[in-house]
Amino acid sequence: MKLLRNFLDTIKPNFEKGGKLEKFYPAYDAFETFAFVPGHTAHSGAHIRDAIDLKRTMVTVILAMVPALLFGMWNVGALHYKAIGVDASLLDAFGYGAFKVIPLIAVSYITGLGIEFAAAIMRGHQVNEGYLVTGMLIPLIMPVTMPLWMVAVSTAFAVIIGKEVFGGTGMNILNVALTARAFAFFAYPKNMSGDKVWIDTTTKSGESLVDGYSGATALGEMAGSGSTSFSAMDAFLGFIPGSIGETSTLAILIGAAILIISGIASWKIMASAIVGAAVMGGIFNIFAGYAISPEQQGFMGIPFWHQMLYGGFAFGVVFMATDPVSAAQTERGKWIYGFLVGFFAIMIRIFNPAYPEGIMLAILFMNVMAPLIDHYVVEGNIKRRLKRVNA
Amino acid sequence: MQELVSIFVKSIFVDNMIFAYFLGMCSYLAVSKTVQTGVGLGAAVIFVLGITVPVNYLLENFVLKPGALSWAGEQFAEVDLSFLSFIMFIAVIASMVQLVEMIVEKFAPALYGALGIFLPLIAVNCSILGGSLFMQERGYNTISEATVFGLGSGVGWFLAIVAIAAIREKIRYSNVPAPLRGLGITFVITGLMGIAFMSFMGIKL
Repeated sequence: MKLLRNFLDTIKPNFEKGGKLEKFYPAYDAFETFAFVPGHTAHSGAHIRDAIDLKRTMVTVILAMVPALLFGMWNVGALHYKAIGVDASLLDAFGYGAFKVIPLIAVSYITGLGIEFAAAIMRGHQVNEGYLVTGMLIPLIMPVTMPLWMVAVSTAFAVIIGKEVFGGTGMNILNVALTARAFAFFAYPKNMSGDKVWIDTTTKSGESLVDGYSGATALGEMAGSGSTSFSAMDAFLGFIPGSIGETSTLAILIGAAILIISGIASWKIMASAIVGAAVMGGIFNIFAGYAISPEQQGFMGIPFWHQMLYGGFAFGVVFMATDPVSAAQTERGKWIYGFLVGFFAIMIRIFNPAYPEGIMLAILFMNVMAPLIDHYVVEGNIKRRLKRVNA
Repeated sequence: MQELVSIFVKSIFVDNMIFAYFLGMCSYLAVSKTVQTGVGLGAAVIFVLGITVPVNYLLENFVLKPGALSWAGEQFAEVDLSFLSFIMFIAVIASMVQLVEMIVEKFAPALYGALGIFLPLIAVNCSILGGSLFMQERGYNTISEATVFGLGSGVGWFLAIVAIAAIREKIRYSNVPAPLRGLGITFVITGLMGIAFMSFMGIKL
């Protein structure tokens, strides 16, 4: 640690005003403040005294994602060996998964951080660490067979159009990771949906072992035929095909516990999203008889708590709906926002046969509406207090 | 009844005037700086669409369509006036907009000042004429269907303008790159909102 400090101190003059690498100060600053908590404080504006700063916050979120990530890696391997009909040990499965997943993570970080550093140097502001979380989220919400260049293109789109044009971290209106997924979803639908993409049947060197092996996600099956071959218990534990990090509700719940105990993510959003999904799922349960097709009737008829186990609902609600930048920021607004996220997620799943996975678009839609909710919550507060003053 | 609900929901979310057809963009971009003016203009658009679409529906079905004049007598059964539909629709819209303008000036002078030139310009707002032309093209069966469609399209437009107004209020202090400030970033936001609204594309009701 001391060594690193000394090294940073020796190279610092190069980056300060008048040094030969002055232009690259933001990059230097990013590394220094990442390794050591900076000693300086804000100069102007409102001051909030807190034990952790943005970098430590982001690292906590990444820690919360680790269970889902590790489980996802193992699941990729396990499904692969099951598909090619080989009995594999836990370690084999994990090794295969890691071999497939780590390149995705690397591409996402290299592309995203490259753009972040370039933007910071060009515009002369600090590198913010919001991307540390986004860069981990993007591979977790992609199918494992996604070609690396597509991941890079979607990441670049999301970081530039979704975030940098608004002024960088903390200014974006849509969740950046979801913007990347939505871009990939609409630009490369063949690689993002259907029943061929969720299980990697190729060897480590990329040769195909099984042709035409199809493994649809639980929601895909349900939208197609009205029933699924996966039990709710499998879905809860995560032994099902899906995007890398989304399958295991249990692993996500561990992450949720970390986020809630450390006070980083809003439990209000998570709680109200679950209520919203339960309400919508309950309504569909009651009205299943009115469905327009037998498939839809089957989909509508599954118990509403199963809806929360299948697909990306848990992952989206825990890690993405709670994004402090794009979610509603007033306390009452969070209840409304979370409720509508859950509500719309289940609604889109059932009403829109093209997108059996509703949570991504539900969160994006509510990201768009969140400033409006905040506006009216604040307006309501002003009105109430004015009344109190005038009374 | 179910048909009416379906048309209403569809015209708000699935066939949203802004995000599905990008109609009525000029006033949507220009008057969305604050939520308050957005709400005012949005309400005016709901009102105008809610009146002009059914009125134009009557015009279409009893005057303009081939054979629509047969109620006036045998000799008119062959008359086809549909080449007049554009000019008739616009005339109805322009007079309705005059009405709205007078009402707003009388009852909400502050809003009248804030909306400025864009209030009379509703007359040439593409989403208003678009509403009437979609009504013609889709051939709604009854006047209540046409009314519900008009109101729904208005509500969809209203939702779009207040949502972007709230976002623009929120990003007012963001450090947007200089060339993109103002309209540029608003176009980017509109595109991103369009992605979010794609969740409703293809919904069958």
